[in-house]
Amino acid sequence: MNWGSLDEFWAMGGYGFYVWGSYAVAFACLALEIFFLRRRSREAKA
Amino acid sequence: MSAAIKWFWFASPQTFFPLAGTIARACWLGSALLAAAGLYVGFFVAPTDAQQGEAYRIIFIHVPAAWMSMFLYVLMAFWAALGLAFNTRLSGMMASALAPTGALFTFIALWTGALWGRPTWGAYWVWDARLTSELILLFLYLGFMALQAAIDDPRRADRAGALLAIVGVVNVPIIYYSVQWWNTLHQGASVSLMRSPSMASTMLSGMLLMALAFWLYSIAAALTRVRCIIRERE
Repeated sequence: MNWGSLDEFWAMGGYGFYVWGSYAVAFACLALEIFFLRRRSREAKA
Repeated sequence: MSAAIKWFWFASPQTFFPLAGTIARACWLGSALLAAAGLYVGFFVAPTDAQQGEAYRIIFIHVPAAWMSMFLYVLMAFWAALGLAFNTRLSGMMASALAPTGALFTFIALWTGALWGRPTWGAYWVWDARLTSELILLFLYLGFMALQAAIDDPRRADRAGALLAIVGVVNVPIIYYSVQWWNTLHQGASVSLMRSPSMASTMLSGMLLMALAFWLYSIAAALTRVRCIIRERE
């Protein structure tokens, strides 16, 4: 285990902005693609 | 049924449609499970890097996304070439279905690279051979999608897109070997097929789990999209 507390986990040793900025945008992109794919599937079925 | 006949049987969009749905569902599930495992290993098992501290943890999405961006382009060009050679309808549909997911992974690789470059190199962006050729890859994906969107007849759009995809494939080895051919700020590969990887085994396993998760995600997304395209066109 690398983290003593939740604060330490969010801080990422001072690199929190870069690490969480990467992960947040990457997973937001994937979530958006899934959202648009589901919408397109529904529209294609109709 | 012989193997060759089976392949051509599935090359028909109608027979491929239900199969694609089954594979896609399994891949969505597998991708979510592998991503959960990969994130767990990446954040809780893999140790802090001696040189880069915690900033290195971006590697768990950066490298798998960069691999997928290149691999999906080659796959897209392969389907495009198959479509040109055999004039099969499904091939062009597969190429079109792969492009948005490939573009997405290219963007993720560039974005996470920028956020990794700032703390380690001191700059979000440099015009380095690796970064520049990856940016060109993004433009190739976007160009392919824009070209196909601009042509009304889907079969003609497939052929025009196929040409662009095949010409652009020359960029992929340039990206891959850029760190060897030029003196780049971007570091060389830590993982290759030729030698044992130069990183801690827990770091490597986290990265490979995420790479597998992105693989399954790409398969699921592409197959879901090809089902939409089949429905829309036929």
